[in-house]
Amino acid sequence: MMDMMLMLSLALLSLGILGSVYRLIKGPSMNDRIIALDTIGVILLSIVAVLSMLLRTFAYLDIILLIGILTFIGTTALARYIERGDVIERTND
Amino acid sequence: MINEIGELLIGLLVLFGAVLSVVSAFGLIRLPDVYLRSHAATKSATLGVLLILTGAFLYFMIYVEHTSAKLILGIIFVFITSPVAGHLNGRAAYRSGIPMWDKSRFDELRPVIQKEIEEHGLNRQSNTKTRGKQ
Repeated sequence: MMDMMLMLSLALLSLGILGSVYRLIKGPSMNDRIIALDTIGVILLSIVAVLSMLLRTFAYLDIILLIGILTFIGTTALARYIERGDVIERTND
Repeated sequence: MINEIGELLIGLLVLFGAVLSVVSAFGLIRLPDVYLRSHAATKSATLGVLLILTGAFLYFMIYVEHTSAKLILGIIFVFITSPVAGHLNGRAAYRSGIPMWDKSRFDELRPVIQKEIEEHGLNRQSNTKTRGKQ
């Protein structure tokens, strides 16, 4: 029964990624696209977790940490770039 | 006995997390504004991923008998960083002059930013002014 529930959650999660891809393509401003990318990263992380439960292996658990860190760094860098015009601040402010 | 209860509990946790992620994507499609979309995406997607990772942690603890420190680390990391990313993104959206929804009534940040411009001059805000409304 649990395998069926896990398969159903995989289908629901891919539906969520599909909705975020719609906002990623259409979004009127750049921040909409950043939000959509963040959501895609988070949902991808949960897909990896469900998949590692479904395959009964814990070899994929590193990927969860990696995707989490990459999503956070990407969102932060893009938001800073939009707000200030550069990612790393220069000293001659 | 414990196996069946654990199976039902983990399945329900994962399923509820997936439903929350779908609700978040639905809000991302339907809501009218950057700030409201950020509200939908940040909160419910974070809760959904926390539930799914908790389910995975319980699964590996009960069935594989492998208490995974990586999963605990991932849970804490997502729980800390996802609201921070949402906040940074909303701040960047407001400061680069993206308009709010036309039916929104209160804007309590506008006087604060006006005061900041008057005190510090325009040079930190020049990015805001030149970019204008999109």
